[in-house]
Amino acid sequence: MEDSLFSIAINGIFVKNFLLVQFLGLCSFVGVSKETKSAAGMSAAVLFVMIMASVASFLIYTYLLLPFGLTFLTTISFIIVIAFLVQLVEFIIRKFSPPLYRSLGIFLPLITTNCAILGVVILNARLDYNFTQSLFYGISAGLGYSMVMLFMAAIREKASSLKVPEAIEGLPHAFFITTLLSMAFVSYFGVIPT
Amino acid sequence: MADMTISGEYFRGIVKDNPIFSLVLGLCPVLAVTTSVENAIGMAGAALFVLLGSNVIVSALRKQIPPITRIPMFIIIICTFVTMIDMLMEAYTPPLYKSLGIFIPLIVVNCIIIGRAEAYASKNTVKYSIVDALGIGTGFLLVLVLIGAIRELLGTGAIVPFGFKLISIPITPSTFMILPGGAFMTIGVLMAMVNYNRIRKARKGGQ
Repeated sequence: MEDSLFSIAINGIFVKNFLLVQFLGLCSFVGVSKETKSAAGMSAAVLFVMIMASVASFLIYTYLLLPFGLTFLTTISFIIVIAFLVQLVEFIIRKFSPPLYRSLGIFLPLITTNCAILGVVILNARLDYNFTQSLFYGISAGLGYSMVMLFMAAIREKASSLKVPEAIEGLPHAFFITTLLSMAFVSYFGVIPT
Repeated sequence: MADMTISGEYFRGIVKDNPIFSLVLGLCPVLAVTTSVENAIGMAGAALFVLLGSNVIVSALRKQIPPITRIPMFIIIICTFVTMIDMLMEAYTPPLYKSLGIFIPLIVVNCIIIGRAEAYASKNTVKYSIVDALGIGTGFLLVLVLIGAIRELLGTGAIVPFGFKLISIPITPSTFMILPGGAFMTIGVLMAMVNYNRIRKARKGGQ
């Protein structure tokens, strides 16, 4: 409970980066990081849903599940909340901003099964974060995700012109790049004394 | 459908449709929990339980589930089994539960399980769905144990699942393999090997 907002933010963005350190949301990471444009779209969608999901799941967990002793329904209610939010976001974007919908649209259905989102809300519940802490953790986790996603897309775009052995092309190559990125992030361990 | 055999369906899940190397599904737990063989077995066991349960229920209800609402219904069925295994592991294997962390509830969003419900169980009989779940589950287990074994052996110098020393080699353990980078590198190397093999086979077949 005594985690300060600053340390939550540093934790979410760097030290416990969702993609590189906690391994959450990897499917979308290797899937859409081929181009900067689609990576940016995916990041924006994830950031958006992550923030809304942190708030909504906090309210449901604190005011519905805990008082009535229904914590065994945590996972199921969180996934329903996320699916509902994704639908809502899709609906709103389609109604008010068709150009944004055209660029984000295909990523939205993928987000329901993105483990980074469910990961953030479950971690919020497990760490007993209060409202502001949950919100901050959602924002910083989303920012950390977006940052790594954009790094990766930029590197892969540059690296696509390199000549590599046929067997390494594609996914193995992406994993080797990720190894190097992840080694850089490991050096953030110990920035925050625990 | 007439040419399906039980053993054929089982081995298809392990080799041809291997969830990790062929379908590239459900990567997160593969990398996150494979710091040791013990965690790998625990994770794969939990996933197998959920996969089996959801495949059985989905295939039994495949005529009742209306196509338009099938995905939410699959998720609720999967969620039921995930909650069951979550509570069972918390009660009976607390240390394992603790080291697997949030990856047990995250089985809900594991694409392997919903993928099998959608692609297989909703179209086939209960009997074949059970075989499919066992095959895919075994494929998942083998990959997890392989990655877990490589990382544990190189990272600590010995493989010790469930307090039983299996093998040890006289090397200086490299912490790198236990860190996240080691996971990415191991799967990258393994995937490159699988690709290499596939390309070589394809060339042989072509000539």
